Amino acid sequence: MKTSLLAHAGRVWLALILFFLYAPILVMAAMSLNASPFYQLPFKFTTEWYEEMAGNEQIIAAAIRSVLIACVTTVIATALGTCASVALFRYDFKGKRLLQVLLFPPIAIPWLITGTAMLIFFFFIGIGRGTPAVIVGHVALALPYVIVTVTARLSSFDIALEEAARSLGADSWTVLRRVTLPWISPGIVAGGLFAFAVSFDQFVVSYFLSEPGDSTLPVMIYTAIRKGFTPEINAISTIIITLSMGIMFLATRKAKFGGEH
Amino acid sequence: MAELTNASDRRRLVALLSPAYLWLLVAVFLPLSAMLFFSFLTDLPQDTPDWGFTLGNYARFLSNPTYGTLLWKSVTLGLTVTLACILIGYPCALVLARTIKGRARETLFLLVILPFWSNSLVRIFSWAIVLRGNGVLERFLELFVPFDLRLNLMFTTTAVVIGLVHSYLPYVILTSYLALQAIDDDIIEAARSMGASRLTILRRLLLPLSMPGLMAGAVLVFVPVVGSFMEPRILGGRVGTYYGTVIEDQFVAVYNWPLGAALSFILLAVVLLILALASPILRKANT
Repeated sequence: MKTSLLAHAGRVWLALILFFLYAPILVMAAMSLNASPFYQLPFKFTTEWYEEMAGNEQIIAAAIRSVLIACVTTVIATALGTCASVALFRYDFKGKRLLQVLLFPPIAIPWLITGTAMLIFFFFIGIGRGTPAVIVGHVALALPYVIVTVTARLSSFDIALEEAARSLGADSWTVLRRVTLPWISPGIVAGGLFAFAVSFDQFVVSYFLSEPGDSTLPVMIYTAIRKGFTPEINAISTIIITLSMGIMFLATRKAKFGGEH
Repeated sequence: MAELTNASDRRRLVALLSPAYLWLLVAVFLPLSAMLFFSFLTDLPQDTPDWGFTLGNYARFLSNPTYGTLLWKSVTLGLTVTLACILIGYPCALVLARTIKGRARETLFLLVILPFWSNSLVRIFSWAIVLRGNGVLERFLELFVPFDLRLNLMFTTTAVVIGLVHSYLPYVILTSYLALQAIDDDIIEAARSMGASRLTILRRLLLPLSMPGLMAGAVLVFVPVVGSFMEPRILGGRVGTYYGTVIEDQFVAVYNWPLGAALSFILLAVVLLILALASPILRKANT
């Protein structure tokens, strides 16, 4: 293929965009290792901020809470979402199209609206604010992602395999357990990773639903930033972004290449 | 696919579907309905026993021009960010889909998409560090210019736009790339062999054929930006008062929930209107 001037310009454009996307994150990471608390240059290496972060009970408590909420969300959303995906894939029924459309509001409506609506309703029915409310909200936001991911994996599933198993005498429970589930398991893993990421990175809904002083990591960071931020926040932010990018890297690998391995 | 022939199949279907959809009902659809109900109340039932119905919350939106002005400011912000994302992202998708091949394309695509799936709050925070006065950006640009720079970008509308473009740019690249990649190479070859220039190919083939993907990306950027509040708060400072931040205030500072519900619902109406207008295009993008 001959490379024209235009193709070269295109590559430069792409490189500039990657720079735009990653430079601020790298600057933040670098500043978490810089001695000056006011982000002054020249750069002087220190791990002081990470040590301070590790000693900050508030940050550690919020981090543990965030991870726990994300784990519970992942388990519930993956279980419920996989069941719904299997049903949507296997059966034809009236209103199926509507059920698929209903998955979009949690994704498409701004979280500000969903979050405030949840806050009002949860107070109305007595759940109020707090960790249970946050989990209820996170599962709802994660469910559509799980269902879409697992359904995408199912669409490459050959229904003839189920029929073959059934004609060999397997009942439908055995078919599900021994034929269908093993095939879609990469989709389930990817869906679970998406669910974890949706919960772990969620700020808006957690912000409205969590109890003050008992919040998740992103909510704590938001409060800290508005009070005037410190390099400790840099340190924990750097850890968060590394973790969430790592999880998403795994999820996209699983979703795409899971079947071939 | 199995037709629903017998009762046991139907039972299984209900058993598989109902947990997920009941959850969505309780956590999303009932709250949205409750919000509509609350927006017509004078007070919260849990606070005072003598609450009543009123149109006052909506009347406040109409009588106080501040709310309308801020909604328009948020819509303008949404349009600006969407336009910037299209102008920056579409050429990028074009390069990825049409000139780069094989493993390099896959890796680059993943690199573009990855930040989008990482924590949005932390990414906005990273811009606060980059843009702050006398900060890294000014030092970096001074490498290229001989004089001292005073950009003072932090706490400006520009800072808010930069942060939001950074947050939502991957949406446009993702949807445009998927649409562009699906275009058959043979069509392009045919046009080229008949003497069409690059510009003609772009204007008459690539752009129209990828339009559904591009529009889907534009909607996916516009909708959350109109409802954004965290980004303007962190990067906008004093100038960062938008419709979203006013709603936030009603719930976390002023505690006027019925007014907040009415304002939220007006925003939801705007969003639904836009989604409805875009739905024919979005449906085309899906198939």
